[in-house]
Amino acid sequence: MIESTVLRVGIAEFNVLKGEGKIKTTGLGSCIGLTMFDPINQVGGLAHIMLPTSEIARDQNFNVAKYADTAIPALLKKMYQFGASKENIHSKMAGGSQMFQIELDSMKIGYKNIVKCKEILQQLNIPIQAEDTGGSFGRTIELDVLNGRLSIRSIKFGIKEI
Amino acid sequence: MNTSNRFQPLQLDVLQEIGNIGSGNATTALSNLINKTVDMKVPRVNFGPFSNITESLGDAEKVVIAVYLRVIGETPGNMYFILSQKSANQLLSNVLKIEMNKDKEYSDFEISTLTEIGNILTSSYLSSLANLTHLKIYPSVPSLTMDMLGAVLSSGMMQCGQYDDYALLIETNFLEDNEKVEGHFIFIPDPESLDKIFHALGVPNQ
Repeated sequence: MIESTVLRVGIAEFNVLKGEGKIKTTGLGSCIGLTMFDPINQVGGLAHIMLPTSEIARDQNFNVAKYADTAIPALLKKMYQFGASKENIHSKMAGGSQMFQIELDSMKIGYKNIVKCKEILQQLNIPIQAEDTGGSFGRTIELDVLNGRLSIRSIKFGIKEI
Repeated sequence: MNTSNRFQPLQLDVLQEIGNIGSGNATTALSNLINKTVDMKVPRVNFGPFSNITESLGDAEKVVIAVYLRVIGETPGNMYFILSQKSANQLLSNVLKIEMNKDKEYSDFEISTLTEIGNILTSSYLSSLANLTHLKIYPSVPSLTMDMLGAVLSSGMMQCGQYDDYALLIETNFLEDNEKVEGHFIFIPDPESLDKIFHALGVPNQ
């Protein structure tokens, strides 16, 4: 028996896995855990996206994994490098909460993140197969690269699978 | 310059001292409130990438009770008062003598009690910072949540994230004398607030 890999993705990071194994990110609040999966070539990717758009970045050498508009194309590119093909890829996403009930504009990042991720996926013509977004609670997610199942754990609702 | 060497040793000392004075005031307030001795650890100043910042406080999936407020005024930022579930229960039952229904979620009364404690403590932290710097600093209405540490903290790093790949966090642990209640004060100033704080305290910028 070979023990299966669990690849961890931190906040404002992304990663790709081919073959058996899982990719995981913990403690998603208003951030989005965006996964893409190619079932034919068994390539899975996960990005822990923090903010909607890179237009606000001050530095030219910003971290592409942090923003929806740059993380999704970069993740896609990396999946191609691992042998994924565009026509097979679908996406699942989770997160985008509003953790605290303080009604400041800056606190509605979760909602803005969800909207932007969907917009970018649509532009890239990648279907969203399932999502578990919004609400006011944290999530930990794990993509199984064997079958594309996304398990979502929260304090409130336990474990569910999409 | 996005490097962890961004701060001079003197600036780091000042930031640590801000944590010291702010938390000192807040622990005194807590001590008065519960009528018990509260000890405070030396504050930690942590500057680094977002994932490291969360990791420095423990497992991102750890369940915590967090009172959050947005700091408004001349030095905007984010402020947290964080307790483990166990410590929150101790605070409610042993210290404040509130009878708790163990297996259930917190009642509205318990939530508002914890929120108010968080409010008093974070406000005293901020008012000491305002006195020290002579800057106008106001707390927003506080909000409480019980959830994963990572999810809770990342919300407070959004403002830093808009401009930067790093966040600065000033953290102080405190302990009630018999170590039953342990908690953290966390202040994450927005990046532009730091210049104002340094300027107000006469610390050279570079």
